[in-house]
Amino acid sequence: MSLIIVDTGCANLSSVAFALDRLGRVAKISRDPDEIKSADHVILPGVGAAPFAMRKIRERGFISTLQSLKQPLMGICLGMQLLYEELEEGGETTTGLGLLPGRIRRLDTKNQPAPHMGWNRLEWDERHPLLKDLSDNPYAYFVHSYAAKVSAATVACATHGTTFSAIVHSNNVFGCQFHPERSSRTGSQILENFLMQI
Amino acid sequence: MLARRIIPCLDVRDGRVVKGMQFKSHRDIGDIIDLSLRYRNQGADELVFYDITASTDARQVSRDWVANVSRQIDIPFCVAGGIDSVEAAEQRLAVGADKISINTPALTRPDLIDELVAAFGQQCIVIGVDSFDHGGTYQVRSHTGREDGVRETGRKTLDWVAEAVGRGAGEIVLNCMNRDGMRQGYDIAQLSAVRQICSVPLIASGGAGAVFHFEDVFKQADVDGALAASVFHTSAIAIPDLKQSLIATGIPIRP
Repeated sequence: MSLIIVDTGCANLSSVAFALDRLGRVAKISRDPDEIKSADHVILPGVGAAPFAMRKIRERGFISTLQSLKQPLMGICLGMQLLYEELEEGGETTTGLGLLPGRIRRLDTKNQPAPHMGWNRLEWDERHPLLKDLSDNPYAYFVHSYAAKVSAATVACATHGTTFSAIVHSNNVFGCQFHPERSSRTGSQILENFLMQI
Repeated sequence: MLARRIIPCLDVRDGRVVKGMQFKSHRDIGDIIDLSLRYRNQGADELVFYDITASTDARQVSRDWVANVSRQIDIPFCVAGGIDSVEAAEQRLAVGADKISINTPALTRPDLIDELVAAFGQQCIVIGVDSFDHGGTYQVRSHTGREDGVRETGRKTLDWVAEAVGRGAGEIVLNCMNRDGMRQGYDIAQLSAVRQICSVPLIASGGAGAVFHFEDVFKQADVDGALAASVFHTSAIAIPDLKQSLIATGIPIRP
């Protein structure tokens, strides 16, 4: 079972690798498109600014690779946002990977502090396989200013001023707006559940 | 609803957790990983490490222990101390620190905040502010970690916080110096004043001595998190008990 973390040059690469290591999984950080294509599971991490991250993905030739994957792919934080068609950030619109329909927009926190930073509850109506063995409404660790609205792809949502997508899934594509690698047992369980997807 | 955060702060010297005594000597209080895991297991929401590494090869020592913490713990952590450039920040972030906190270097050269935000994003840039209450006028002090003396910056705390936020800081840690180590409670008046002008998360520091101090600072100053060191290190307050008490008063807290 090979597990690849796409080397986007973002800062949380090692944290994600360490989290998988704690689960007893060997994850390889790779920037080789062939290696990424042949993996059983692919994780797309990301922190920082969307235009910068998308430029890196383009420069490294990952766009068509990521778009052509059939195996489970999970985007984390900015990595999840990059799965969408468009991202509005810093006064410009960045074209994303287009694996999920819709736009990423600034989260309206309704006069509460922004960025949305800290532990917030996950909420869902139906328990998706990615939520297996989680307690009800568990806390996960978020750090972000932009978000995806609730849509058909939403598996779990969270609320900070506005309710937004916290976990999404469509076909082979999964996304977490929070950081499972920093969300204690809740995060480990979600990563385990993702690795059960085939 | 977003939970309020409980944040233990650990002083680290050459990869060991220490307790400083008037800057003259540092008593070793434990292994950084043991203490980090202990706080993580007790339910700490985040950890802050204040790096006072004094070795000649400080860069490598710091990099090693930050990587070790990242490898071992599954909650977010912030590294403060010794970060005065984009390169120094990059070294901590690349090995897994979730956030970096800067204090004196930002006062010396405020453009550093803009540079860090441009390089790494707003979410991981924390500005630490050491503020002294001169009879209701709050003033920023610098070089508070140094033996040879704290300096007055001539900056008003409210102005500096507004400037730091304007330059893109993602979070403010306000250390109220008059309260530091006194265990008489957080400075509610000062934190409330800063809260009014601070649109990013605000963390209270300085003064925690009892469970009700945490309740007061969350309810009265509306801060996002409360940082404390000695009450946790001495086990005067146990984090699980603190969290249960706060939940009982209706404050949103991760159990």
